[in-house]
Amino acid sequence: MNLRVLLLAVVTGSLPAQVSFDRILQANQEPQNWLTYSGTTMSQRHTPLTQITPQNVKNLEMQWMYQARSLEKFEATPLVVDGIMYTVQAPNDVMALDAVTGRLFWMYSYAPAVEARPCCGRVNRGLAILGDTLYMGTIDAHLLAIDAKNGKPLWNVQVAKPQSGYALTHAPLVVKDKVIVGTAGGEFGIRGYIAAYDAKTGREVWRFYTIPGPGEPGHETWQNDAWKTGGGSVWVTGSYDPDLNLTYWGIGNPGPDWNGDPRPGDNLYTDSVVALDADTGKLKWYYQFSPHDEFDYDSVQVPVLADMDWQGRARKVMLWANRNGLFYVLDRTTGQFLLGKPFVKVNWMDGFDEKGRPKRVAGKTPSAEGTQIFPGNQGGTNWYSPSYSARTGLFYIPSWVEYDSTYFKIPAEYKEGERYTAGAPRSTIGGSNAPGGPLTRLDEEGHGAVRAMDPKTGAMKWEFKMADVTDAGILTTDSDLLFTGGRDGYFFALDARNGELLWKVTIGGRAQNGPMSYSVSGKQYVAFAAGNSLFSYALK
Amino acid sequence: MRAVFFLGFVSAVSTLVAQHSFTPADVENGGRVYRGNCLNCHGPDGDFIPNVDFSHGKFLRAVTDDDIAQVIIHGIAGAGMPAHNFTQQQADLVVAYVRSLAMSAGHYSPAAGDKTRGKAIVESKGQCLTCHRISGNGSRVGPDLSDIGGFRRAGELAQSLVEPDAEIAPENRFFRVVMRNGTTFTAKLLNQDTFTMQFMNPNEQLVSLQKSDIREYTFLSKSPMPSYKDKLSSQELADVVSYLISLKGEDKP
Repeated sequence: MNLRVLLLAVVTGSLPAQVSFDRILQANQEPQNWLTYSGTTMSQRHTPLTQITPQNVKNLEMQWMYQARSLEKFEATPLVVDGIMYTVQAPNDVMALDAVTGRLFWMYSYAPAVEARPCCGRVNRGLAILGDTLYMGTIDAHLLAIDAKNGKPLWNVQVAKPQSGYALTHAPLVVKDKVIVGTAGGEFGIRGYIAAYDAKTGREVWRFYTIPGPGEPGHETWQNDAWKTGGGSVWVTGSYDPDLNLTYWGIGNPGPDWNGDPRPGDNLYTDSVVALDADTGKLKWYYQFSPHDEFDYDSVQVPVLADMDWQGRARKVMLWANRNGLFYVLDRTTGQFLLGKPFVKVNWMDGFDEKGRPKRVAGKTPSAEGTQIFPGNQGGTNWYSPSYSARTGLFYIPSWVEYDSTYFKIPAEYKEGERYTAGAPRSTIGGSNAPGGPLTRLDEEGHGAVRAMDPKTGAMKWEFKMADVTDAGILTTDSDLLFTGGRDGYFFALDARNGELLWKVTIGGRAQNGPMSYSVSGKQYVAFAAGNSLFSYALK
Repeated sequence: MRAVFFLGFVSAVSTLVAQHSFTPADVENGGRVYRGNCLNCHGPDGDFIPNVDFSHGKFLRAVTDDDIAQVIIHGIAGAGMPAHNFTQQQADLVVAYVRSLAMSAGHYSPAAGDKTRGKAIVESKGQCLTCHRISGNGSRVGPDLSDIGGFRRAGELAQSLVEPDAEIAPENRFFRVVMRNGTTFTAKLLNQDTFTMQFMNPNEQLVSLQKSDIREYTFLSKSPMPSYKDKLSSQELADVVSYLISLKGEDKP
């Protein structure tokens, strides 16, 4: 037996290696693996793998399918390390699968406390890995370390109180020797935070409150005691720039969601991106996309980092398509606003001032009788990962086009652990929890699209239109392919240069996670989830 | 002409609910409680929860006012309806408001017509079953009316008879389809996705098409249903409405 193991190691040419943080930083040097939620800490969701090309993509076929023992939405992006896939079956079952066959090595089932009350599904978006340890946030707001070899829990710390509406749903981010997570719960009047834990012990190293307390800068953007219940949730994984040693996180909506009366002011740092020192959690800069938001425009999108020529000089930028319907380019060293333009129909704002603050349109605010706002409550886009390809120079957005909600405002009183939203948006298109049914909507009543933006101008270069809306992320490749899916149950490949449809497959469920790619023994795979299942495709 | 259909509000209300008598102040106060506690889940018209629609008097299990008050106070275990720490009086106010939702739209008395005469008109002079279906008779191309009285108010039905284009529900949309080979037809859209469309054609056939085979498809904003404004007298229209509002789906084959 020992001889066989040794032989196998010799044959495959590598002994199992630990995932060092250096490997994660250099993830593009080992494109067969997918070591962090968005592929690299730059979060471009772009793979250097090129075996699958625009010419041969039509020859893709299913290699395996994993049917989850869970009826929840499958929103996790898997990790792949040296042929082993690690992912999560909702709500909090960690799994190690053979990435070639989909066969299970082990499963660790964590039973969340009955008090767990995530707002919008008992979901999980994935894991982080460092060394031989996997990290998972749970819907009852714990952070777990798990042995990647056998699925045994190593440590378990409580991050926040589930009874008060806190939950962890996003994949943690590893930076150096720390694991960083943020708290969901923006519909329950939480006071959100981002915290870093020692990867070895689970000891909390730093904590950044997304709502500043008394005496801290930004506290003046809240009045009364509204800061205590002001939301500012975090539910999608951030990014990291090693040169600047900054970690970037998108912050969720202020609470209550749809009635701004109890919280006059800009409500920092809700609906903002924050740049934090990765060692200390100290705020370096912020940019607020939607001051005093009343439309649930969480800014929880993945911060996509890119280095590009900007008006004649090399610049470190951040690309961001926001739930509020606007596409942004920011300088990620300073937070300077470089560009902002609608990528879908927007009627709540009309232009920016010189500092990049949006100008609100009078009367476009939730009301007792209802006010129609574009984009609607699910946003022009939402948490679903966008992609950036340095080869095409384009930024790709899963978009909701011509989509609106009518916002009704009602009074609400905060009670710990109860929903604190103070309104009711209404739309002909439901959120991702809504039951699917026949689609007889007209295009002008809202539909989905992949929109390809030129970040240098904010202009749309091409669009691939879908009949229904989309909750699926986007993956691009170095062979200029774009993979994504939609709510109407297709997964497909486009030419990333022009949006031409190259291949499609009907997979019978809503595509709801970010696709990723890996390779084993020289064969490239594309994995994605739809409905309650995880699929892996490769060339025939 | 249309004013005829909007008479008799008070008498209709009293026969429909006839359990508790509510004052306008009750309704107003109940509305305040409703907006603070119920609207978030049930919505302004009370129709956000599947199979529950306050403005059409549709409840999952409650029938009487007291049933509704009990559901408000105790909730429905396992169905997502929470219990509320209300007094009986507060719950009754909410009932007053919930009932008022059903009365406030479509102020029209079905008592103004005769449903037996209405049935005869629907089946003969009106030729309604050429397109519609009731209890297993008639065509499947138009909306099935077997339970139309369960979810449409009399006023809405009256409006649809004289102004069929005023509101076409998304599930009743007809399209004109031109195929690449020139074939043209009109059909009801049943479903679609990014690449295909599913229709019922006028022969009640289910047809699925690839969008790549279709040259163009256009939503017909004008309903295939004719207006009965000048085809039926106001009494006949009231008779038809009375018949339709009586259809609650009990006669389904």
